[in-house]
Amino acid sequence: MPEKLYEKRKAVHNKRIDGPFRRFKWFVMFVTLAIYYVTPWIRWDRGPFAPDQAVLVDLAHRRFYMFGIEIWPHEFYFVAGLLIMAGIGLFLVTSAVGRAWCGYACPQTVWTDLFQHIDRFVDGDRNARARLDKAPWGPKKIARRGFKWSIYLLISLATGGAWILYFADAPTLFQDFFTLQAPMVAYATVGILTLTTFTLGGFMREQVCIYMCPWPRIQSAMLDEKSLIVTYKDWRGEPRGSLKKAKKDPEHFGDCIDCNQCVAVCPTGIDIREGPQIGCITCALCIDACDRVMKDIGRPRGLIDYATLEDCREEALGHPAKPVWKTLLRPRTLVYFGVWGAIGAALLFALGTRTHTDLTVSPDRNPPYMLMSDGSIRNSYTLKLRNMESRPREMVVAIEGLPGGKMWTDTIGADEAAPVQSFNVPADQIRTVRAYVVAPKDATSREFTFRLTSQDEQRETDTVETRFDAPAGGS
Amino acid sequence: MANKRIDEPTGTETVGHEWDGIEELNTPLPRWWLWTFYLTIIFAIVYVILYPAWPMVDKATEGVLGWSSRGQLAEKMSAAEQAQQGFRDQLANIPIERLPDDSALMARAVAGGQAAFKVHCTQCHGSGGAGDQKLGYPNLNDDAWLWGGDLKAIQYTITHGVRWPDDDETRFSQMPPFEGALDDAQLGAVIDHVLSLSGKAKPNAAGTQIFGDNCAACHGPQGKGGRDVGAPNLSDAIWLRGSERDALRRQILGPRMGVMPAWGERLDPVTIKMLAAYVHSLGGGEDFVEVAKDPEVKVDEQP
Repeated sequence: MPEKLYEKRKAVHNKRIDGPFRRFKWFVMFVTLAIYYVTPWIRWDRGPFAPDQAVLVDLAHRRFYMFGIEIWPHEFYFVAGLLIMAGIGLFLVTSAVGRAWCGYACPQTVWTDLFQHIDRFVDGDRNARARLDKAPWGPKKIARRGFKWSIYLLISLATGGAWILYFADAPTLFQDFFTLQAPMVAYATVGILTLTTFTLGGFMREQVCIYMCPWPRIQSAMLDEKSLIVTYKDWRGEPRGSLKKAKKDPEHFGDCIDCNQCVAVCPTGIDIREGPQIGCITCALCIDACDRVMKDIGRPRGLIDYATLEDCREEALGHPAKPVWKTLLRPRTLVYFGVWGAIGAALLFALGTRTHTDLTVSPDRNPPYMLMSDGSIRNSYTLKLRNMESRPREMVVAIEGLPGGKMWTDTIGADEAAPVQSFNVPADQIRTVRAYVVAPKDATSREFTFRLTSQDEQRETDTVETRFDAPAGGS
Repeated sequence: MANKRIDEPTGTETVGHEWDGIEELNTPLPRWWLWTFYLTIIFAIVYVILYPAWPMVDKATEGVLGWSSRGQLAEKMSAAEQAQQGFRDQLANIPIERLPDDSALMARAVAGGQAAFKVHCTQCHGSGGAGDQKLGYPNLNDDAWLWGGDLKAIQYTITHGVRWPDDDETRFSQMPPFEGALDDAQLGAVIDHVLSLSGKAKPNAAGTQIFGDNCAACHGPQGKGGRDVGAPNLSDAIWLRGSERDALRRQILGPRMGVMPAWGERLDPVTIKMLAAYVHSLGGGEDFVEVAKDPEVKVDEQP
């Protein structure tokens, strides 16, 4: 028999368990799913010129709305900053409490957990599921499986369906979706996400975590001997023996009675007693299981527990473990927290001080300047006036640092040329203006400034320095 | 294959070739592979029948479907034109002097005109419309117009050209050569006078006299020119062929006069309208209303 390169998957039928960590997992699942499904339905009044959806990625108009914040494409650094914060946040959490992301908050974990509850609900607990798995296909099994898979499919459809609601007005899209009025891309997205949720959450499950996901590789590299991880305290548990044997010879056997409950409840099907391993997502269900057994046999809890490798070494030598706060507050986590907080503060500062007006100037270079019949010199510019507020605003553009300079535009006639011109900019839009700037005949090439001022109570300004070109040595 | 031989260790038939005791086994291709190969041959034959394929002396075989990449391009072009038709109809129906009232239509006309300008006009006027002083191609960005700079005047100039012999309604102005008519002293004096009109030299009595006798008929007593005859304004800062004494001298003795084709012969009226809109938008365009206010100038109502 040649050696196989791939092992056949062993089905994981994890057992139901209750305990503080299980309840925390329920809580996280409830909160994350609630955020995911409810967020698109939250309304946010932005007046008549902007959508009233609190969180909306408006790809068509290139706007990103998040409650009171509206991000334009040129402000994408806010999104980049948030992503960097998310990255450093993961470093922070991982260095402090290990793979907590994997165990509680990762979508794959949340949905796998959900699907495992469906299994339990339809097929019964561990043994019943294993039995049904082995049973030959018959009408009863087909009916069971059909029922279960349709629940899978329904959840998958809801998962894919909720995703698209972030990209358009949720109530409208929801209605359009079922009346077949929605755009093709909506159906395609829902289709793809339904399919991936169905396969990844319903069937692949722990294989995604172990074989497909790159994250455990990175995340295990971020752990050190001071990170809290789920550990089996072998100095206390070994050698294992059944309860009967242990009672006969308590001196020889450790606390582990080899009841296998920690393996039975594990959602990725690993044995934590083999030490830290890549398949462990630190969901701590084995802690719940083991603590219950320890209580039943009258032993102290914590044979399997959140502990740092350093603590394990100390405890094995008989020293007490460090308090948890010392584990959490150490230089490494503090540095991560400092960087994370600094980026966050910088983003908040940028958000608080940004203006909602912006001016861009691009001078015409073909030709660079123009001689007019009265000898004056004209330059042309394309101005972009950006109004980032959800209401139309009047904006004034003034020329500064160009003696005698006047401007007119493609809509304001040359007879109305003046150093200051006023423009109405529609809500949430960029108005493009072709501006002609004329200076007297003795004008020389020089830098000058366009100053934009919004005509409202805020009087936001933006200045752009640009160049006025004139013939060398005057005209 | 009279003597089939089976290779004993593998149980496979051999093809009968042998080199130094090594025999070639007959391992046929999978059947699906073979069928795929046959299918590609059939596909190729069908393709050659349906589509242009064999290169002949001057062109390829046409194929029974009659498809060609040129035909496909033409189809796409006509589809694009179809899509533009509504806008072109609108443009065809609006009198050009009313165009600025419809800012959206004007913007599209300017954009279309810019594209047409890049194709038909940049050869002489430059891609930015700045012309060329050395060659005498006028700058279209400034506010000096020989024949008028409102939309209608520009449209007329583009349609009928300048000094275009095949068009009876072409813009036509001519300056007689003064070679032999003026001696050097007279020439110097009149050049001084012309330069003095824009403050570039001191005026003199002789020059003023010569100018009054010879030039004022077209250029006006003050040298302001005249649009009815296309005489350039000599008192402004803009010189089509340069303001140096030499340039003036050459222009008086043997005037060079440019030619512009009558584009009405080659371009459709809508394209010309768009071109006029674009040229007008370059920054020197004049208001049509100003001309209309003048009681002497009659404005023809467009149908």
